[in-house]
This record gives sequence, structure tokens and C-alpha cells, in this order.
Amino acid sequence: MSDTSVHTTDADLEDGSKRDFIFLATGATAAAGAAAVGWPLVAQMGKAADTLAAGSIEIDLSKIGEGQQLKMLWRGKPVFVRHRTAAEIAEANAVELSVLKDPEVDTDRLIAGPSGAVNQKYLVMVGVCTHFGCVPVGEAGDFDGWYCPCHGSHYDTSGRIRKGPAPKNMVIPPYSFISENVIKVG
Amino acid sequence: MSGPSTYEPKYAAAKWMDQRLPIIRMGADFMTFPSPRNLNYWYTFGGILALCLVVQILSGVILAMHYVADVDKAFASVQRIRRDVPFGWLLQSMHAVGASMFFLAVYMHMFRGLYYGSYKAPREVIWILGCAIYLAMMATAFLGYTLPWGQMSFWGATVITGFFGAVPVVGESLQEWLLGGYSVDNATLNRFFALHYLLPFVIAALVGLHVWALHHVGQNNPIGISAKTESDTLSFHPFYTVKDAFAIAVFLVIFAIFLFYLPDALGHADNYIEADALKTPPHIVPEWYFLPFYAILRAVPSKLFGILLMLGAIVVLFVLPWLDTHKVRSMRFRPIAKWFFLIFIVMCFLLGWCGAETPDNVVPVIGLGKMTFYTLSQIATLYYFAYFLIILPVLGLVEKPIKRPDSITKAVLGDSHRDAGLAPAE
Ligand code: HEM
Ligand code: FES
Repeated sequence: MSDTSVHTTDADLEDGSKRDFIFLATGATAAAGAAAVGWPLVAQMGKAADTLAAGSIEIDLSKIGEGQQLKMLWRGKPVFVRHRTAAEIAEANAVELSVLKDPEVDTDRLIAGPSGAVNQKYLVMVGVCTHFGCVPVGEAGDFDGWYCPCHGSHYDTSGRIRKGPAPKNMVIPPYSFISENVIKVG
Repeated sequence: MSGPSTYEPKYAAAKWMDQRLPIIRMGADFMTFPSPRNLNYWYTFGGILALCLVVQILSGVILAMHYVADVDKAFASVQRIRRDVPFGWLLQSMHAVGASMFFLAVYMHMFRGLYYGSYKAPREVIWILGCAIYLAMMATAFLGYTLPWGQMSFWGATVITGFFGAVPVVGESLQEWLLGGYSVDNATLNRFFALHYLLPFVIAALVGLHVWALHHVGQNNPIGISAKTESDTLSFHPFYTVKDAFAIAVFLVIFAIFLFYLPDALGHADNYIEADALKTPPHIVPEWYFLPFYAILRAVPSKLFGILLMLGAIVVLFVLPWLDTHKVRSMRFRPIAKWFFLIFIVMCFLLGWCGAETPDNVVPVIGLGKMTFYTLSQIATLYYFAYFLIILPVLGLVEKPIKRPDSITKAVLGDSHRDAGLAPAE
């Protein structure tokens, strides 16, 4: 307040406290108002209800032949379902955890079916490079898994990052088995 | 340099207006602004840039009348502009080529500032506003490139918004907040369009401040010595309006060559393929004017560090006035800094080259052995930062400048014309 000199020289403080009241009340209202308007302004940028509600997808695993990969769009991103060959599974199992940038055992990257056991044949993951989000190319790269053409990240047959700038393994989406051969992603 | 106003209203109406809103006075003072008499063609890029901004805004507003911001229609709507809308081919190319020309001019303008020390006191604020303009230009260009919804549009947007995902802890939420979804999609396209429309007007406002600050402290010049007497300066009009107009004419010829003969030379064939979220093009590259930063981004094998370096490359520009502590502005009189500056320019071009190539490829230059573009980009990145953070600060302490002229007038006209108030050779 600009008139503090009045405070110190004037014994009657009534004037000053009135101003303090107006100052504080206005300030508090302005702050509350700014927050009340600011939050909607920020929140409107987030996902809209219809985007959030965008459903899940179902995938029939039995339609994918050995050595084939299915690509489906889920939440605007590709989901890879790969029916891995025995050689690819063996390769994924043979990797030492110590050489991995983001250590994970292959079977921890799979979700158990109705029988309660994981089936190493089917690898389900979000086909998005964890670097800046390109879609890696299958059966390519130094580790026989995926290769991301954008900045050269190599993934192995379990979708784990092995070489290049990507920091993490490709993500496993939430999914569950609705029958022996059909999974529901999302 | 903003001396007293010399405007005298001639007509009663002008006088009436002058007493109420001195806007004619403002224009008149602008036209008679005393400018150093030794400005060379490097000083014409400011005017060229102002023209570029007008071209982008005019062509952009017209394109917006035909464009549809919807993931299912955007690509087709741009093709329709190019084929079916009367003169759409011209306006669409003008906007796309115009963006490249804008960047060409801004880089010239910035290199000019670096060489003549235009960022030094008292022009720090002009420089910082310029950096802010440059940043806003980059944002605008990136947002605009997304709109045609081709493969490069989509994957460029995916990669760039992916930068935000690298922020520790909140990265993913931040990225999805910016996108308005889980990935680049309709919500993203619409907000990008809204912002692409908005930002050029922000740039226009920043340019206003930039020129205001310029007119407050006065222009720098190729010898970096401040204008002190009247004979050091010339009226902006007609001396520099004519010089600027000539430079603009040459610039527009180059613009027209690209516009009419090479409209796609600076673009990417992949952007003629509609965006496909399931397939990344085999070789993603940004527009040419972002290539050096792209090379810096890829020069380290770490996502977060790469982004920080790239941001750092722009941040150093903002603080440059406090990094280069040398008293002499113009590098004409700095025999050592001049060479480091030349190398700096070469390194910027090399970074651009690295950005366009695949990092693992070998540089096709004899004598470099098996050096890859990755290694080359590391060397050039190192130099880029060293120039600002080591070379300039150290030279500020040790470099001895060569002898400078006493004044602009002496530098231009020699010793014989010492008196003030000379009639400039016309
Ligand atoms: C839309 C973009 C821009 C426009 C329209 C613009 C406009 C202008 C104009 C008209 C001038 C005066 C004429 C001249 O010296 O060339 C000027 C001066 C200047 N500009 Fe810019 N500018 C832009 C961007 C930038 C950028 C990106 C920077 C640097 C980061 C920058 C730095 C400067 C400096 C330091 C000056 C003072 C020049 C001197 O007196 O030596 N400008 N600008
Ligand atoms: S996005 Fe895959 S390596 Fe960069």
C-alpha cells in the first residue's frame, strides 16, 4: 500500500484497516477467480470424454499364422500381435538380463491365458518406439526383432530395447483373454 | 537515436488529428528516422522479413477459407486447394515456399547480427525479442506443417510432441494433454490449426516491440561504432527505403523462381501420401530449416539429453549478449573472432547436412576415413556450443582488436570530409 506513511504518523488506524480489508478481500477474490477460470482453461486441453470412452478391441489369435504379425489400431496407436517362431522364442529366452537397458524377462512381458500359464508364442505390445513414437519395422535390426527407422533403435524378439536412443522396451498394453484364443485390448 | 520529432502538420485536418492521435507523426518520424549512413545489404533483411510476415498472413488467411481441419478431410482439402480452387495452386505454394523464404531471411538476419555484434549493449533487448520471434516462427512452422496431414506431417508431429514425453515423471501426461488424446489425432489437428492461426499475430506484436526497441536505441552498423553526429546518419526515406526496395525485388525474384519452377524442391515427396498411423516413412526428416537442430538432437544416444541439448542450442542465443563480453561490436575489427565466426557458419551447414542424413552412414568426403554422420554431428555440436560458451567468453578477455575509424563519417568519406551536415552524395 502506498500510504504506509499515513499509518505511522496517524494514530487513528481505522482508515488503514479498512483499506487492508478491501485489499485482502479483492486480492483473495481475484486469486480464487483466476484459479476457477484457469483450471477449465487448462483442463479443456486434456482428453475429451469420447476420446476416453474410445472402446477396446478384440483380436482372434488363431487367425495369425506362425511368423506373422498383426497390426491393429488401438487408441490411435498400432498394436502388434506377433505369433513368434520357436527360434524367436528361444532367442528371447537366451538373453542375459545384464545386457538389457530396461531389464525384463520375456515371460514377464506376456499375460497369462485362461489356463493360468503364459503362451510364449503370442507377443502383444504397443508398436510404438519408446524414443519419439515412430512405428518400428518388424523382422529387422541387429536383434531379429524390430528396427525403428526414425533414429535407429533396435529391439529384440521380445520387443526389448537393445541398441539406439530409445530408453525403454516397447510397452505391453493392458489386455486379457476372453476365451482360449481371443484377447481384448484396453 | 529517437531524436525530437521533426514533423510539422501541413493541413488543418492533419493538425486536428495530430492534437488528438499523433499517428501521422508516428509514421512521419518512422520515415525520417536517422539511420547510420554505412548500412550495407545485410541490413535489408529486416525489411524483407516484415514483407515475409505479411505474405504468410495474407496467403494463410486465404488458405484457411478453403482448408478443413479434420483428419478425414484435411489431406483432400489441401489437394483440392491445389487443383480445384481458382489460383489455389498459387496461394498454397506461396504459403509453403514462403515459409522457407522466411527462414532463409531470418537466418541471414541472425548471422548478420552475430557478425556485427548487434546483440551487444544497448541492443540486448532487440536481440532477445528477435530470439523470441525466431522461437515463435519455429513453433508456427511446425504447427503449420502438420495441417496438410501427409505422412511427414503426421510423423513429424508425433516425433516433436514425443519430446514432451521425455520430461521426467509427468512426461506422458503432459504429452497426452498437449495432444488431447493418446496419440496425434483429430483433437491434435484442430488445436494445431487454431494455434497456427494465432501465432503469426503474436509474431507481429513481437516485431512491433523489436522495431520499437530498435528505434529507441538506434541501429547498429557494419563497423559497430555508434552514430554520434548528424553526418553519421541519413534519413530512412529515401535512402534506405530505396535500398530495401531493391533488395526486396531481388529477394522476390528468388522467391518467384522457387514458387513457379521448383515449388516442391524444399518439401518432401512423402507428404503427398496421406497420414497413416500404422506406417512410419522409412526416413523421417524435418523441413530444411530445422535440420541443424535435428542433428543436435540425434548427436547423443540419450533421449532426454538430446532434447536438452537441442533446447540449449536456442537458449544460448538468448544469453549471448552476456557471453560475448568483448567491447568491440563488429567482427571487422576482431581478427581472431572473425575466423571462429566463419568456422561457426561452416559448422551450422554441416549440422544441417548431418540432420538430413542417416546417422550411421559414412560421410562421403575423401580424407575423413570411415567417419559417420553421427560422429560429424557430434563434432559440429561440440563446436556450436564451444563457440558460445568458451570461444566468445575467452576472446572477450584476450583478443586485441585492430584499429577502428573514429566515426562512421570518417569510415565512409575519409578524413577530408570532417565537417558535419554534408549533403550526401546522391
Ligand atoms: C519476423 C521476424 C523478424 C522481423 C520482421 C524483423 C524485423 C527487423 C527490422 C525491420 C529491423 C531493422 C532493419 C535491419 O536491421 O535489418 C530489425 C533489426 C534487428 N533484428 Fe530483427 N526481425 C525479425 C527477426 C529477428 C531475429 C530472429 C533476430 C535474432 C535472433 C533479430 C535480431 C535483430 C537485431 C539484433 C536487430 C538490430 C539490427 C542492428 O541494428 O544491427 N531479428 N529486425
Ligand atoms: S522414434 Fe524410434 S528411434 Fe526415434
